[in-house]
This record gives sequence, C-alpha cells and structure tokens, in this order.
Amino acid sequence: MKICGPKLSLCGLIISVWGIVQLVLMGLFFYINSVALIEDLPLGEEYHTLEEFYAAANRAYNQNAYNCWIAACIYVLTLLLSAQQFYMNSRVTAN
Amino acid sequence: MGSLFRSEEMALCQLFLQSEAAYACVSELGELGLVQFRDLNPDVNAFQRKFVNEVRRCDEMERKLRYLEKEIKKDGIPMLDTGESPEAPQPREMIDLEATFEKLENELREVNQNAEALKRNFLELTELKHILRKTQVFFDESVPTVYKSSAPSHSSNKYRRLLQMADNQNEDEQAQLLGEEAVRASQPGQNLKLGFVAGVILRERLPPFERMLWRACRGNVFLRQAMIETPLEDPTNGDQVHKSVFIIFFQGDQLKTRVKKICEGFRATLYPCPEAPADRREMAMGVMTRIEDLNTVLGQTQDHRHRVLVAAAKNLKNWFVKVRKIKAIYHTLNLFNLDVTQKCLIAECWVPLLDFETIQLALRRGTERSGSSVPPILNRMQTFENPPTYNRTNKFTKAFQALIDAYGVASYREMNPAPYTIITFPFLFAVMFGDLGHGAIMALFGLWMIRKEKGLAAQKTDNEIWNIFFGGRYIIFLMGVFSMYTGLIYNDIFSKSLNIFGSHWQMSYNKSTVMENKYLQLSPKEDYEGTPYPFGMDPIWQVAGSNKIIFHNAYKMKISIIFGVIHMVFGVVMSWHNHTYFRNRISMIYEFIPQLVFLLLLFFYMVLLMFIKWIKFAATNPKPYSEACAPSILITFIDMVLFNKPKEPVKDCEVYMFFGQHFVQVLFVLLALCCIPIMLLAKPMLIMQARKLANVQPIAGASSDAETGGVSNGGPHGGGGPHEEEEEMSEIFIHQSIHTIEYVLGSVSHTASYLRLWALSLAHAQLAEVLWTMVLSIGLKQEGWFGGVILTCVFAFWAILTVGILVLMEGLSAFLHTLRLHWVEFQSKFYKGQGYAFQPFSFDAIIENGSAATEVE
Repeated sequence: MKICGPKLSLCGLIISVWGIVQLVLMGLFFYINSVALIEDLPLGEEYHTLEEFYAAANRAYNQNAYNCWIAACIYVLTLLLSAQQFYMNSRVTAN
Repeated sequence: MGSLFRSEEMALCQLFLQSEAAYACVSELGELGLVQFRDLNPDVNAFQRKFVNEVRRCDEMERKLRYLEKEIKKDGIPMLDTGESPEAPQPREMIDLEATFEKLENELREVNQNAEALKRNFLELTELKHILRKTQVFFDESVPTVYKSSAPSHSSNKYRRLLQMADNQNEDEQAQLLGEEAVRASQPGQNLKLGFVAGVILRERLPPFERMLWRACRGNVFLRQAMIETPLEDPTNGDQVHKSVFIIFFQGDQLKTRVKKICEGFRATLYPCPEAPADRREMAMGVMTRIEDLNTVLGQTQDHRHRVLVAAAKNLKNWFVKVRKIKAIYHTLNLFNLDVTQKCLIAECWVPLLDFETIQLALRRGTERSGSSVPPILNRMQTFENPPTYNRTNKFTKAFQALIDAYGVASYREMNPAPYTIITFPFLFAVMFGDLGHGAIMALFGLWMIRKEKGLAAQKTDNEIWNIFFGGRYIIFLMGVFSMYTGLIYNDIFSKSLNIFGSHWQMSYNKSTVMENKYLQLSPKEDYEGTPYPFGMDPIWQVAGSNKIIFHNAYKMKISIIFGVIHMVFGVVMSWHNHTYFRNRISMIYEFIPQLVFLLLLFFYMVLLMFIKWIKFAATNPKPYSEACAPSILITFIDMVLFNKPKEPVKDCEVYMFFGQHFVQVLFVLLALCCIPIMLLAKPMLIMQARKLANVQPIAGASSDAETGGVSNGGPHGGGGPHEEEEEMSEIFIHQSIHTIEYVLGSVSHTASYLRLWALSLAHAQLAEVLWTMVLSIGLKQEGWFGGVILTCVFAFWAILTVGILVLMEGLSAFLHTLRLHWVEFQSKFYKGQGYAFQPFSFDAIIENGSAATEVE
C-alpha cells in the first residue's frame, strides 16, 4: 500500500534516523543528569530546601530521559513506516 | 614550480596539414582536447568558408535526428545511452549516415501521414456512430411522448410535434400535426417541408452555438443535443477532446442554408443521417464493420511505427555523437587557412608545452588513419600575444578553481590561489559555521554525494541548484568536516556543550551562599584548576548564562583578527612569488617590501600584542600582571597610531605591557608611515628616470639596458612588456597612487572586515541557541508521559528548521562571506585576474554542451 510519495518517504526516513540517534543520546544524557540540559527540565521557579530541589530535579531528569526514549521509539515506528513506503516507491519506479 | 601553483606554459604553434589528412588529424585532436585553434579568417563570413556545405549537411542531419528524438519521446520509448563516444566517422561515411537518416525520416513521415489520415477517418466514423446512436434516442423518446402528451405547456407541445414530424417525414401527416399554428404561420398553399441536420461539435462551443442559432433563426429552429461520454482523439495533435452530438430541426430551405452556415462557422461537422429507422440501422451496422476494419489497420500502422522507432532509439545517441563530431571537425577546418597551392591547410593553435609530445602522436595517428604519406608539421611560433590561462584540474580541484575563476581568470603564469583555497576556504567558512551538529549534517551530505558520485553524475538533470551542490560536493564535505572541528573547539553541538574531559573549574562556595544569591561569579584565581580544558572551550561556559557571550566575543574577535592578518600577510607574500617569477625587481623592492613592512609593523604587531596579553596576564599573577591590569588591545592600538598619551592606569598597574613598548610603537608607526611614500612614488620615479636615460643616450650601456629591461617587465615571460612601454608617464603615476591608496586604506578596512568571522559565528551560535530554547525546549519541558509524543512532533519540526535555517541559509551566508574574504581581502594583495581561459577544441565539451542545449529546447 502506498501512502506517501518518494520525497516524503525519504524525508521521513532521514528525520527518523536522526531522531533515533539524537533522542537516544539525549535520553542517556538526561538519565545521567547532565548539567548542560538543566534548562530544559520542567522545574518550578523556587524551592525552599535543597533536598526538595534535588528530588524534583532527579524526578524531572528521569521523566525527560524516558520521554526522549519514548520519542525515539516512536521514531523507530516512523522509520519502519517510511522504509516500507520508500521500498514501495522504489519498486514502483523500478518497474 | 608545479602546474598546480601556476597555469600551464603555453605555446602558439603553426600546424600544416595535408588536405586529405586534415579531417583525420583534427578528429584525433578533438578526442584529445588539448588544442585551442584560432580563427585565421575572421573577416570571412560564415557562408563564404570552405566547408560550409558540409556544416550545412550536418545541420540537416541533426535536424532529422532531433525529429526522430521527438517522435521517440512522444511514444515514450527508452533511448539506449551507453555513455560511450564513438569515433568521428570518415567523411565518406557521412553519405551513408545521411541516407540512413533520410530513409528513416521519410518512412516515419509517411507512417505518420498514414496514421493521421486513418485516424481522421476513424474519428469521422466514430462520430457518425455516435450520431446514429444518439439521434436514435431522440427519435425513440419523441414517439411515445407525442401520444402521451397532454401537457399544458404550449411550447413543449410544439417541440414534441416537431420531433415527431422529423421522425416520420410524411408530408401529409406533418401538415396535420402541425395544426393550426403552422398553418397560420405559413402562407396557405405553400409546401411545408421540415428538415433536420445532425452533426458533432466541440462541447465548449455548444452554448454560443445554441445562442447563435436561436438569434440568427429567430427561434425557428429546434436543437437537441447529447454529450458523447468518451473523449475523442484529435488526429492532428493527438489531444483528447470532448464533443457533443446535436440535431437541428428546421423548416424550409432558407433556414437550412442559414443553419448550415452557422454550423460551418462553429466548425461543427455535419453527417448525413437517413430518415428511416431501418436505413439508420443498416448504416449503423455498416459503420461498425468499417470501424472494426480501421482498428486493425490502425493497430498495424502503430506497430510498424513502433518498430521503426525502437530500431532508431537503439542508435540515436550514437548517431547524435557522430554527427556532432563531424560538424565540430568541419567547423574547426573552417577556421584554417588554405595554402596557395591548395594542397595543405594551415592552422594556428595554442598548445600546452607539456603536451607537445601527445599532440604530435595524435597527429601521427591521424595521418596514418587517412593513409597520407606526408606527416603534418607542428611548428612553434614566437609571439607577443598573451597566451591563454590553462590550469589542469581534477574532480577535486575543479570546484575550487571554479571559485577563483568566477572572480577572474588568472593572468598568464600568475600565482594561482586555488591550491591555498582548498585549505583556507573551508577553514574560514568553519570559523563562521562552528557547530559540531550542523557540520556533521553538512559533511554527511557531502560524503553521500562523493560516495554516490558515479551514479549521481550519470543521471544528468536540469536542476540548477542540485548541479551547484553536486559540483561543489568536495567543498561541501570539507566545509562540513572543518565545521565539526571548529564546533568541537567552540564546544557547540546544536548549541549545547559536551563535557568530555571534565570541566577544569569547580565551585568553592558553601551551601548558604549558593542558596541566597541569585548570581555568583567564579573567580579564575580560586575556582580554576590552573590548567586549561584539554581541547576547546571549557564546558562550564554552557551554564554561565550572563557572561558567556562576553567571554566568547573577546575570544572570537581576537581569533578573527589573528587569522585575518595571517591571511593577508600570506597574500602579500604571494605577490613576492609573482614579482620574482616575472623578474620585476622594481616592484619587488619598492612595492612588495614596503607593503609587507606596513602590514607587519601595524597589524601583525597588534596580533603580537594579543599574544603578549594572553601570556603575560593571569589571575594568579601578582599585581602589575594580574587580570585586573590587562590593557585593552584595541585602545592601545588606537593610542599607538594617533600618538595619544595613554590614560592613567589603575592603581598598582602599568600602562605598558613590556619595557620600551612606547618607543617601539612610535618607531613602528613612523616606519610604517615612511613606507607610504615609497609605495607611492618610488616605482614611477624610477621608470621615469630610466626612460629619460634611454632618450638621452640611444645607445645605452649594458647596465642601464638591463635596468630598462627590468623596468618594462622584460624577459620572455613579460606579457605586458611592450604594452607598458607605451604607457604615459602620468598614467603610471595615477595608477600607482590608486594602487597605494587602495592598499593603505585597504589594510585597515580589510583587517576590520575579518571581524565578520566573529560576527557570523556569534550569529550562528545565537540562532542555534534560540532555536533550541524556543522549539525543542517546549517538547522537553512537557510533564508526564504524554511528553514523549509531543517531543516526537516538536523534534521533527526542530529538525526541519535546523536544516532549513541553520544549515542551508546560514551555510549559504557563511559561504558568501568566505568567498568575499577570499576574493577581496586575500586576492587583492597579489591577484590580477586579467587572463582569458584556455578553451581547447574537445569533443567531450562539445557533445556535453550539445546535449544540454537540446534538452533545454
């Protein structure tokens, strides 16, 4: 079954591969609590004690790591879809 | 020096070819593609040349081939393109080729004509078939309605009656049925005759046709129409057209002629339609059988055409190449001079000296092939003309050479900047484009193009943008790789930093200080380990939100100026190579040396100050050399040039960085200023003196002769030698002053111009950061598990923007700025670019251009 054309499937293929690579790595960096990514955490403005902040930050780091990996998994799906479409398209042009 | 650094040495040669051997020899030279012929009869117009007939015959053949190509494309038959290039055929083969093409063309034209006639016939028959079928419907439906009708509407009643009348053309009945209206309308006793015409018309013409009929006949005709559902093929151009069947009922001969006129005017085709149903049926049967017959004939015609075209498609590309080669050869032969005895042709050509042997060999091959006994003579000539510039390139250097040639083709044997550009171009680009992620995308794209080079080159496209990208694939790849390197130095990957080796800074504040203060500074004295981060920027700057840009600016600005000054000094040194090569002693002493001194004493000194500042001042040092005492280089430089007294330093600091700095600076500025009059006046004065000497003493001594020789750019290489001698003295002065002003002001503005390296790199880093925080952060900051899905969408959006804005647009802008830095700031120091390119007679180029031209058509 053909849904998208050759260009769209190629675009999907490239973005999927890129997304998988980058999101898996970013998930890893969130998982090891990388300081460079602290600005991308869903944190509140103010915390009263240090422990409270640490707990919130750790929770946010983990959450973000899982979210990244979830997104990476979704990209695996789009990768399969685009690859199938790309294959279909290339077969059509070959015939 | 190798040929990479300068253009090839060229020689003007005279070539004597025997008339019989000329064709074969030129054909061999065309395969070689190393000889540029000169037109020896420029005042003879194209129609008076010797081989004009042959060229015309080739044109005719090409036209026939293009006709064949068009027909082949129309039928969608694939053309065999082996990519090989057959040798130019012998002149006698030309007749064979001509005969073949003539036969093919005639056959094809005949087939086409027949097919068209058949198709027209077919169309007529189909239209007739439709008319018969549709009118049958009109007639059929009219009969029952008449009998059923008791409709109140007057007019509809009338229509039905009319219809019925048309059906059974009995005159008595007609009169009866027409009843009182008709009788009243017509004169008593006049014979009433209702006729009809049936035909086919283009569907879009139908509404105006109907209106026209109504108006011209005052509503006295009645028109019925029905659409033909299947589109019909127009035999002349093969388009699919929609048509409608119509039938018009009218009364009397006058109306008949009028209706026919209108039909003619609207290009409706009328067909005879028998009145009796039995006749119609019979006719329909006849038409059907004829259509069947025609279909078989048409099929056979198509088959024949297809066979002819398939056979032609196999050879078409090959034939094209052959014909173009023959044409090119005769075209070249037209440039030659005829000897008085008519026995031999004389040609003049530019030849690269290194290829002299190969050309001789090719000529010998050509003679052997033609069976002539007299060998061709290739003779070097002395000339004062400027030879063409020929830089040998390969697929890697080609794109870089193209960048240089786009500015101006180098003068003959001038230093060629292309080899240096291979390194400096991607590097300066990368300074502006420094980001590991973006660089990787670019490098991967370049790498893909390089890996798939053969396949991509084979599928030629007209897409100009793609061709530019593909032509510059090695540049793109190098720019990507260099950007990855500078990205690591800047420690930027999609605007985030990598902490590979661990930051060399640490926090020494206690918990309560951190908890209570909004902003905290890390002191380089206590919080810094003392050794720098091993490679590039320390990742700690990533989290220094408030002074990261300030720190980066100071660093990148200095880096830009350092690279800029080195680049310019390198350019000036290149001019030294030019002067030594052209034995231009005066320019070397009175232009090159003051230029270099001027640049070194002012701008390179500033670069040195930067290094001194970096080395001498540190936070850990005691007071006069601590970080608080470090002077501003820019202010120091301005004070130095304007001889200003520097401002009083802060307590315990010193104004100058090293002992005797004030004296050195004053000395440098004065020396640099002294260079200006030397640059301005020395060279023209010396030339003037030498000329005066030559005028006073016509028979000059050996030494002064050498001097004038040196002045006038003499020697065998001096292309402009005799030219400069004629130049007016005033012109030389004006020239020199312009040159000097340009150089002196240029050094200042060019140095400042290199600041674009900093500006663009700042812009790029900031844009990347904005894109991250405004787009990707939204996806990351989602709370809960649904965030992953949102992140997927946001990431795709971010990725597209990254490629579109940061890689493509920023890449283009950085590319253009790099190009400018090379063309203006670098090449203005040594590059004249007043040559003209070597355009050898080469079959490859001619065929390439020829196919491109036909594709555009």
